[in-house]
Amino acid sequence: MTAELIRTDDYLEVRDLRVSFGDFVAVDGVALTLLQGQVHFLVGPNGAGKTTVIDALTGLARGQGVATFDGEDLLGRSSHAIARLGVGRTFQTATVFNDLTVLQNLDIAGLRHRRRRSLWRARHGIPDAVAEAAEAVGLSHLLDRPAGVLSHGQKQWLEIGMLLVQDARVLLLDEPVAGMSAQERDATGELLHRIGRERTIVVVEHDMEFVRRYADVVTVLHAGRVLASGSMEQIRANPEVQRVYLGDHAEGVSNA
Amino acid sequence: MTSPRTSFAEPTRFAKAGPWIGLAVLAVALLVIAPLALSPFRLGLLAKYLCYAIAAVGIGLAWGRGGMLVLGQGMYFGLGGYAMAMHLKLADAGPNGIPDFMLLYADGQMPLWWEPFRSPLVTLAAIVLVPGLLATILGLAIFKRRIKGAYFAILSQALTAAFALLLIGQVKTTGGYNGLNNFRGFFGYSLYDPANKKMLYLIAAGVLLLSLALVAHLQRSRFGELLIATRDAEERVRFLGQDPAFPKLLAYVVAAVLAAVGGALYVPIVGIISPDDVGVVASIGLIAGVALGGRASLFGPALGAIAVGYAESTLSERFAGSWTYFQGALFIVVLLLLPGGLSSVLAKAREAAGGRRLRRVHAEAGEVAAV
Ligand SMILES: Nc1ncnc2c1ncn2[C@@H]1O[C@H](COP(=O)(O)OP(=O)(O)OP(=O)(O)O)[C@@H](O)[C@H]1O
Ligand SMILES: [Mg+2]
Repeated sequence: MTAELIRTDDYLEVRDLRVSFGDFVAVDGVALTLLQGQVHFLVGPNGAGKTTVIDALTGLARGQGVATFDGEDLLGRSSHAIARLGVGRTFQTATVFNDLTVLQNLDIAGLRHRRRRSLWRARHGIPDAVAEAAEAVGLSHLLDRPAGVLSHGQKQWLEIGMLLVQDARVLLLDEPVAGMSAQERDATGELLHRIGRERTIVVVEHDMEFVRRYADVVTVLHAGRVLASGSMEQIRANPEVQRVYLGDHAEGVSNA
Repeated sequence: MTSPRTSFAEPTRFAKAGPWIGLAVLAVALLVIAPLALSPFRLGLLAKYLCYAIAAVGIGLAWGRGGMLVLGQGMYFGLGGYAMAMHLKLADAGPNGIPDFMLLYADGQMPLWWEPFRSPLVTLAAIVLVPGLLATILGLAIFKRRIKGAYFAILSQALTAAFALLLIGQVKTTGGYNGLNNFRGFFGYSLYDPANKKMLYLIAAGVLLLSLALVAHLQRSRFGELLIATRDAEERVRFLGQDPAFPKLLAYVVAAVLAAVGGALYVPIVGIISPDDVGVVASIGLIAGVALGGRASLFGPALGAIAVGYAESTLSERFAGSWTYFQGALFIVVLLLLPGGLSSVLAKAREAAGGRRLRRVHAEAGEVAAV
């Protein structure tokens, strides 16, 4: 770890994380320290286990080992309990509520911060947190659209906006810029740095150019193990990483 | 804080007032026009359909908005109906306080659990609480275990089938296959008096309007949005920090209670409740009306249930044996060809007529998507 990193209590510590599906070990002893204020990237070839790591941290896959955030153990909790601790995620194939409008999607993400009573009333106007999030992800002009008609990139932004309204302190983003234009990617990269100041952000990404431009820390996964971790320069100089990526250029490929 | 508050993000004034205007129109039709225009006989029939409609409003919430295919609402309809019927039988009973059919089948022996239903207040409470509690227990078991889709539908139908069989098997306590009938009074009012029959109709209409108002409010509230989100992407809701079991449970319990209230009113209005009125076939009849009217709309389920009830009365005389099949076929055909029901046809017509705004929205969004 470099010296200028400031350690706060808000960090996600993962040690010896293991996830297996039957006999197949998808994540095999992964260790990660994810600090607040940095944009972390998780890279690796298809099937390396990137999504499975996120699944394990959010209660979607059963993981063994240790994963603590803010002193709380994440493994073994239900997905909604983990979300309430402030750990949020997006999905490789953007999942928003298609029949609800952008406004409703953002608003619903704030449910856990509102009084129970407000659940039984209609929303009046646009809550501040929703307006701010919509502004941050550039969807203010689309608030009344059904989320189902948004483009793939806009859905990814909407998901990030929902995490902002949710006030997630850890954002686990699974390939948020896949399928975006160069312009949209840049906008997303800037956005991640802006919102990353007071949050812990983990981005899964295949496009090495994007990683180079926006990563503070990169972790390379391969066959369920951490191959290397450090700055982009360190990663590029690593002979093992070069070997894995040689002829294994996975850019633009996504699994189902 | 300084971000622009886009005014078009708010529903138009008409869209907001829409449900209340609809309710007002329906109130005038049911409370003023129908009693003037219909003969007492027809009004009695309409009252019966209104009981189905009350149950249908709940099905609309649970199935249309919550995505739970409640194929067995007859069970809750029956719980409310039998609770009411037991009270009416006890109130009608002679000096020994034993309902007439028990003198016939059970040598005048009345089981202890009938006793509380002598009290009108206990009965009214039981009509709401027994189905509400049962739905809560079943719902918790079902939704916490993440049973959904076809499994949920099969489970609710199996429970209803078992409930009807149980009733048939207990001739001495439930009247068995014949059910409970021959009621003379309703909380002190004679059921032979036409004025009281009209009063029963007005009660049913009032209860239906109240149910619609309750569901209209739930639909517009944040809870209604959460319910739709749960219907469309149940697992996704978890990552917002919400347990989807909660909105589903609540919608399911409301639907159960509304079905029970409909069933309770059905008893004095129709004069009989039997296993046939609460079994699998009756449940499919209820849900067929909801599908026809449009399960996700506010008024569709109630109007569809009234239409199916009317069709049943008029057609079943002519095609006695085949009505059941017709009902089942209607359910399937509507689901396959017109999943949004008749109200979706209306919505499409409205869209085509005055919906330039919506088309513009889609066109713009298409452009944005193409960038
Ligand atoms: N539910 C599951 N059951 C069985 N095997 C699974 C399951 N989910 C993932 N796997 C396997 O675990 C391995 C890791 O998958 P994962 O989706 O985590 O990879 P990834 O790094 O996200 O890949 P990609 O870049 O293609 O998204 C793959 O071999 C995958 O087939
Ligand atoms: Mg993946």
